[in-house]
Amino acid sequence: MDATAGKHVMDKIAGRKSGLVWAVHLSAFALVLLWVVPTLGLLVSSFRTGDQIVGSGWWQAVSTQVQQLAAVRIAGEEVARDGLFVIEGQLFAAGTEVNAWGTSSVQPEAYAPGAVADLDGGVTLTVAADGSFVLSSPATMADLRMPRVFATAATPPEFTLDNYGTVIASPLAGQSIGQAFINTLTVAIPATIIPILVAAFAAYALAWMEFPGRALLVAVVVGLLVVPLQLALIPLLQFHNWIGIGKGYLGIWLAHTGFGLPLAIYLLRNYMIGLPRDIIENARVDGATDFQIFTRIVLPLSFPALASFAIFQFLWTWNDLLVALVFLGTGNDQQVLTGNLVNLMGSRGGDWEILSASAFVSILVPLVVFFSLQRFLVRGLLAGSVK
Amino acid sequence: MADLVLRGVEKAYGEVKVLRDIDLDIKTGELIVFVGPSGCGKSTLLRMIAGLERISGGEFTIDGVRMNDVPPAQRGIAMVFQSYALYPHMTVHDNMSFALKIARKSRSEIAAAVDKAARILQLTPYLDRLPKALSGGQRQRVAIGRSIVRDPKVYLFDEPLSNLDAALRAATRIEIAQLKEAMPNSTMVYVTHDQVEAMTLATRIVVLAGGTIAQVGTPLELYERPQNEFVAQFIGSPAMNLLPGEIVGIGAETIVRLDRGGLARSAVPTTVVDKGLRVSVGVRPEHLRETDGDGIFQGEVAITEALGEVTLLYFTAADGAAPVVAKLPGIRSDLRHRTLALTADPEKVQLFANGTSLLYR
Repeated sequence: MDATAGKHVMDKIAGRKSGLVWAVHLSAFALVLLWVVPTLGLLVSSFRTGDQIVGSGWWQAVSTQVQQLAAVRIAGEEVARDGLFVIEGQLFAAGTEVNAWGTSSVQPEAYAPGAVADLDGGVTLTVAADGSFVLSSPATMADLRMPRVFATAATPPEFTLDNYGTVIASPLAGQSIGQAFINTLTVAIPATIIPILVAAFAAYALAWMEFPGRALLVAVVVGLLVVPLQLALIPLLQFHNWIGIGKGYLGIWLAHTGFGLPLAIYLLRNYMIGLPRDIIENARVDGATDFQIFTRIVLPLSFPALASFAIFQFLWTWNDLLVALVFLGTGNDQQVLTGNLVNLMGSRGGDWEILSASAFVSILVPLVVFFSLQRFLVRGLLAGSVK
Repeated sequence: MADLVLRGVEKAYGEVKVLRDIDLDIKTGELIVFVGPSGCGKSTLLRMIAGLERISGGEFTIDGVRMNDVPPAQRGIAMVFQSYALYPHMTVHDNMSFALKIARKSRSEIAAAVDKAARILQLTPYLDRLPKALSGGQRQRVAIGRSIVRDPKVYLFDEPLSNLDAALRAATRIEIAQLKEAMPNSTMVYVTHDQVEAMTLATRIVVLAGGTIAQVGTPLELYERPQNEFVAQFIGSPAMNLLPGEIVGIGAETIVRLDRGGLARSAVPTTVVDKGLRVSVGVRPEHLRETDGDGIFQGEVAITEALGEVTLLYFTAADGAAPVVAKLPGIRSDLRHRTLALTADPEKVQLFANGTSLLYR
């Protein structure tokens, strides 16, 4: 009886577990979709021309597009031929295939390609599939108001790298995205490295060194976690001006360092204090000083925590707009990507191809950072040290 | 060469004294084992010797040099931790050479020391592996090897075998015994809660109880002449039976009338002042044997546990008292529910008054 009851319980547990696993997989899949779809859309859009972006969604980018083209008023030199006055010409760029056309906005698809439309006063118009037209009239059309042609045309998919060329090289909103990219790197890399260096030392001291007031210091760090940085922006800028740093890279490095330190110290200390006490005591018995324990033992073992904080801090400084607006100048050599994007939204708000290419340039680095460092987030470095 | 001397050593956390009045002399070449129940302070005492815990009071010297405030690395000690505490990001070779590198030893010196230790512990094939690629027993050997390379005056072991399975534990225990034999001049202090380790490895055992030393002695001293009821019951398995009674006959052989009937004879001598003294009669399960007469004890066997080599008999206990246990040779499951009379040789019977053995008055 015990055995069968036990088996039932096991089955139930197993069944519930597989249900949970499914729920986890489904929600993971939903999250992946939520993230991948817009990113893919942005990527695809950034390679399309402005006309195509306006004409169809990015998911139709690889199919031939049937779309209504802008109305074209016929123009050209009148030629007398066979007693008729004729104007011939080409309406659209080569490669465009006319599916249907019309002469009024009410019925833009009234005629098939090659059909003859009778206009007022014996005037006839023919538009062929390749976009060539023939307008003929028994009388001269010199005084006539030329008809407009509305056409629905199929255009082949078109991809281009020009958007990237444009945004990276040419200054669209005061400076080029390429320049802004360099500026942002100049901000983000030191603003990531400096706080990690400082915080790692502080975290070791707060985790493993005995000194009076340690608990109080930890409490202060935790308290600083919840201080909104907006509170400090103006006083800090005034302070920077007072000590003569002013607006510039040094100022923003210090600002990002200060704003990032509480979280960095808190995260790293919590990680380091979780390292096995025996390992550190053993190093102490082996004769290592605190500095040697820190550099030889604790730092290598804390690498996952360092990497994860580095990812956070880098992404946060890369995407930051507010701190950059306050502590950096507005010159072309100092404006960061986020600031440049804001300006582009204002001056080129309708040019989606420009905006999407710029946006993709700005998310490229965070993507690279995340994918290259994410393996450190999951790797357990402690395996094997203790049973 | 190292003599360790502890004089009145104590450890206090605030008002609470977890260790007090620790007086202990450890001679060069001894292997001292600290045993005691959980929380008795045996690991704390070891960590105080190592320098990982501050000594709150008293004095601790190694070779006559006061060590109270000397940092661990300068005490000439090496410690093997219960969890091994290997550096997980270093290979076996780097683990073993870490202390020597810190001490700025020359490269050839380091190589020689590591090679020698690896050879002793049969770790040579594993020198390039990370700890995670080793088995539990190999990790244990690396931890010991890390101590050996430093050539310390004193080895400290903090329950080094408790993470190993039973078979490996027995094998490693013998390895440690051989290691000790190979290094007759090194002093070792070994903490364990395992009696077998204590009895087999120790030159002398220190039994700790309630924050102080209950008895120090060779393993057989503790077994044959326990100083108090605590040591009597702590050493030996199953624990010694304690039966209350009153002294009725004195002389070279003392006679005690037990409260639940029966007379016990003990070779512990008593004088006329002891007549009428309330005592506990201590007799080990393995010293009890069947008898036809009245004997020390008579009762019904409640449970038998046949272990093959011996059979444990548990007698029905009288209202709240611990059951009397006897260990008889052979397989004796047939004795269940039978009433037996048991006796023991007078030389094997201990007497305790107020918890202290009458031998040590």
